[in-house]
Amino acid sequence: MSGAAPGGLRVGIDLVAVDEVAESVARFGDRYVHRIFTDHEISCCINADDESGTSYVMESLAARFAAKEAVLKVLRPVEVQPPWRSIELHRMAGGWSEIHLSGQASELASRAGIGELSVSLSHEANLAAAVVVGWCRPRTRGE
Amino acid sequence: MTVDETIRQVLVDHGRLAVPVETLAEDADLFSSGMTSHASVNVMLALEDAFDFEFPEKMLKKSTFESIDAISTAVNELTGV
Repeated sequence: MSGAAPGGLRVGIDLVAVDEVAESVARFGDRYVHRIFTDHEISCCINADDESGTSYVMESLAARFAAKEAVLKVLRPVEVQPPWRSIELHRMAGGWSEIHLSGQASELASRAGIGELSVSLSHEANLAAAVVVGWCRPRTRGE
Repeated sequence: MTVDETIRQVLVDHGRLAVPVETLAEDADLFSSGMTSHASVNVMLALEDAFDFEFPEKMLKKSTFESIDAISTAVNELTGV
């Protein structure tokens, strides 16, 4: 990278309709779920009220999809589109979530100098939302 | 159905486009025509069902699904046409 680049914040936001996610799960089942979400994310979205453990909390899936989109808006990919599963919402013991990147998503973040990402999730009625903030460190000339 | 007709039917069923699919040119930008990222996932899965293949991870990018032309190119590559 030539030339200096100032550091700063990047923000991404996304909204997802919960019923669209429910329709996708109904239509494509586990193929849809496993194509987009990691095993950890899926385990966080299992409906605890369902003793069979085979149904999902759609609001939770929708919020996680929104978060992945919000992360992409922060990463600003041009050519390479990181796989959905390379962006993981990791639920911490305290209840909040952190973003773990791997593979191409992690490479994009490194290239942009993004060392830290923070996420907030919300849902109301039929909408799930996520906001992601990334901090880009300043880069010096020649870096 | 031809490849083009099948793609257009998948877009009718899953693309959630803001305009009628029959009015779209082959190179029209589907995302500019109202298709969301989430809808593009459904389009991808429905194309896999329709053509009986699986998109490899390297093709799972927005540009693969940005137009009927782009989808057609991907389908032809995966079906060996």
